[in-house]
Amino acid sequence: MSNVIGIGAAPRRKEDFRFLTGRGNYVADIKRVDMTFGVFIRSQHSHAVIRGIDKAPALALPGIQAVLTGDDVAADGLGSLPCGWGIHGSDGLPMKEPPFPMLAQGKVRFVGDMVAFVIADTLELARAAAEAVVIDYEVLPSVVGVLEAVRPGAPQLFDDVPNNLCCDWELGDKVAVATAFKKAAHVARLSLVNNRLIGNPMEPRAAVAEYNGGTGHYTLWTTSQFPHVVRFLMSALVLKIPEQKMRVVAPDVGGGFGVKQFHYGEEAVITWAAKRVGRPIKWVADRSEGFISDRHGRDHVTEAELALDQNGKFLALKVVTLANMGGYLSTFGPNIPTNLYGPLLSGVYTTPAIYCNVKVIFTNTVPVDAYRGAGRPEATFVVERLVDVAAKEMGIDRVELRRRNIIAKESYPYQTPVLVEYDSGDPMGCLEGALAEADVAGFAQRKAASERDGKFRGLGYSTYVEACGLAPSRFAGRLGARGGLYESATVRVHPTGQVTVLIGTHNHGQGHETTFAQIVSEKLGVAFDNVDIVFGDTDRVQFGMGTYGSRSLVVGGAALSKASDKVVLKGKKIAAHLLEASEHDIQFEAGVFSVAGTDRSKTFQEIAGAAYVPHDYPLEILEPGLEEQAYYDPVNFTYPGGCHIAEVEIDPETGIVTLEKYTAVDDVGTVINPMIVEGQLHGGIVQGVGQALYENAVYDDVSGQLLSGSFMDYTMPRADHLPNMTIKTHSTLCTHTPMGVKGCGEVGTIGSPAAVINSVVDALSHLGVLHVDMPATPNRIWRVIQDATMPRAAE
Amino acid sequence: MIISFTLNGRSRTVEIEPSTLVADLLRENLNLTGTHVGCDTSQCGACVVLFDGEAVKSCTLLAPMLDGGTLTTIEGLSGPGGSNALHPMQEAFHQNHGLQCGFCTPGMVMTAVALATNNPTPTEAEVRRGLEGNICRCTGYQNIVASVLAGAAAMHAPGSGE
Repeated sequence: MSNVIGIGAAPRRKEDFRFLTGRGNYVADIKRVDMTFGVFIRSQHSHAVIRGIDKAPALALPGIQAVLTGDDVAADGLGSLPCGWGIHGSDGLPMKEPPFPMLAQGKVRFVGDMVAFVIADTLELARAAAEAVVIDYEVLPSVVGVLEAVRPGAPQLFDDVPNNLCCDWELGDKVAVATAFKKAAHVARLSLVNNRLIGNPMEPRAAVAEYNGGTGHYTLWTTSQFPHVVRFLMSALVLKIPEQKMRVVAPDVGGGFGVKQFHYGEEAVITWAAKRVGRPIKWVADRSEGFISDRHGRDHVTEAELALDQNGKFLALKVVTLANMGGYLSTFGPNIPTNLYGPLLSGVYTTPAIYCNVKVIFTNTVPVDAYRGAGRPEATFVVERLVDVAAKEMGIDRVELRRRNIIAKESYPYQTPVLVEYDSGDPMGCLEGALAEADVAGFAQRKAASERDGKFRGLGYSTYVEACGLAPSRFAGRLGARGGLYESATVRVHPTGQVTVLIGTHNHGQGHETTFAQIVSEKLGVAFDNVDIVFGDTDRVQFGMGTYGSRSLVVGGAALSKASDKVVLKGKKIAAHLLEASEHDIQFEAGVFSVAGTDRSKTFQEIAGAAYVPHDYPLEILEPGLEEQAYYDPVNFTYPGGCHIAEVEIDPETGIVTLEKYTAVDDVGTVINPMIVEGQLHGGIVQGVGQALYENAVYDDVSGQLLSGSFMDYTMPRADHLPNMTIKTHSTLCTHTPMGVKGCGEVGTIGSPAAVINSVVDALSHLGVLHVDMPATPNRIWRVIQDATMPRAAE
Repeated sequence: MIISFTLNGRSRTVEIEPSTLVADLLRENLNLTGTHVGCDTSQCGACVVLFDGEAVKSCTLLAPMLDGGTLTTIEGLSGPGGSNALHPMQEAFHQNHGLQCGFCTPGMVMTAVALATNNPTPTEAEVRRGLEGNICRCTGYQNIVASVLAGAAAMHAPGSGE
């Protein structure tokens, strides 16, 4: 039928209208009758013992409802915040897993750690009451950096976690790597820091909680990427309330990037408090609060070595990383620098032997967890920087060195030495495509022009792969996952033939309402406008693991595809009855069921009508109604990747790096909506450019205070920092997802930091510079240039 | 205190505390939640509204200053209530995929309308500079810039009524 908009088309987005007209429904917009307001009192100290809390002055103020502390949590016998992954160290022992209380118990471990929750009739009264609570701290020495945290005598966060070491994790064949290094013609070595980042979705986190004393039901509206997981973790493990009495709603959410995919203490505290107070409570973080409580990302210190033979073939890779976990284990925390990092060190190369050791370390900082890319940008940065260093040292062209080591298209499926098997890909095709798109041939001319202006110009490559579509549950379970990683979808066909989809992923900018409707429109032959996508409400959607790890289309879309197929299958049975034919003779195409070889047919709408008005219907063998559900658990990760090329100009007078050109040719598998895919790439790339050039979370070494705690101190990429980017796809199909999709949410962030820093180093290579840490700020680059060019006295 | 001003084409008289910020007045008192608050340092621009035709950050404007003035929020930009007609700038954001999560969008659109009113034929560089006070975390700005260029052209096209 007409108005089908299917796979590969680029309809404008269904969700745009409400956002463009100010009719979005974000958590901070929600108002409930008789609502109170909550304020969290957060530790101002990075490490301290709580000697006492005096609530009395606050409780004497007007409008105060309650002041709740860790003692109240303990008195109610509530649990601590669970970690979703339990990894094991090289000694075979489980990671150290100290409790993460929802309100501090006796001690605070980072600036921002939650000490108390104050509830009052208005926000102003709650703030005033929070000021009046007196907390007596005994301040302890603190440690914020991983190198310092593992030194003998360093401050200890937990009595039973010696040396602040959560886990000493390893992956790969240590012996094979050592053997290969002995045979190497050259070893390239690199020490690097992967800078700590703060995700900063533009909508600050917020929650509204309500308890219905009549039914015993709770409702929590929260800025979450995975409401069902919040409901499960909070009801079963933290608050210990029946799961069926808990409704979690994540309505419109203003960006996530991982920051909103954890179960946060604020969610549990406000839900618990709503029952104690007996009135709805609202809490909205201000941005300053977000900086010291949203989980941070990255923060690695790494030593890496690549062994090569005389022809530049990679023989082995050895990587040792210290990964900062912050003050506690967040929901996915220990999984990120281990399982999502080590297996990506193979990159797009045929490196036969790899060994990776990661020491996961507690420090007095905000807990570190997944941020867009999560582990994979860190791995890509190590590999792609090291390749450039090796090329420079061996005098081999950087592109040529990559060509000599890239996995050939014909070699897929390709089993890497670090757990994963890439099902499909063509990294060489992406590289060749990017070389042409980026006009690399014209670079020498552009560089000469820059030089005439007294500027340095550089070109940087990143040929990379990622593992996404999280995740095959059985595989993840072996690696330490404590939950499943499938997705679910229900296709509800109404008597009119119009369709509502209930899906367990969460749309917070990715365009799911459009992409998923295209899938249904194509599969069922229903008009695009007649398909609505529902998500984000545990009372409406059956179940789901939410949106993260580029999983929504790959895993959720696959569930939706399966559920749609089931609808067609049932429709064929109904059609067979109505058309008095065998079910096997019924064909379905473009919204019409027909008997093969005849002109007898029924439309999808007629079949839907018959299913709900079953007067002429095979009731003996078929239930009425037309609604099907599917759960999909992937058999492997997907492996999108590609080639990114950055071109920068550096002003040696100021150290300012200007991104002049950016080209990406990516393999994301089947593209459902090219407009949305390109938008995902744009945003992802700029977040990687932000890490490479601008963003840095900085702590004071002594006080443990976050120095970059606002948009004045933490540089977010702005419109005038950036050029227009060139985005192309060069797709191979995923061999194991129903539609051949691979996912595209994180590729930009994974490929770009290495491309940008490689271009910066290239621009400075005539000065003998081999590496620059991120972010390449004017200050840092100016110093690098000064150090390289100023004559020095003998030391 | 009592203030009177024109809000989205209608005259309004409201009683406020003198310390009320316009962003709070809109969101909490008047239930116009399209204006968003994304920071506490006047950096992000999610709260931008038009005050007497100029783009201002409503998180830094005190409500008493509205008295006698004209305020337009994102809710007042499109056609009259009940109509689904979009302003040319809103339509340009829709056509050019200039939004993802939607949180920065109202501020971006209002800033863009003021920019295109003051400069009917902006260059790409002028648009990028003009958006310096608005942060978007989703789009990488490329499609926002394209939207503003297209929106400016549409606003000033013959017969657009602008």
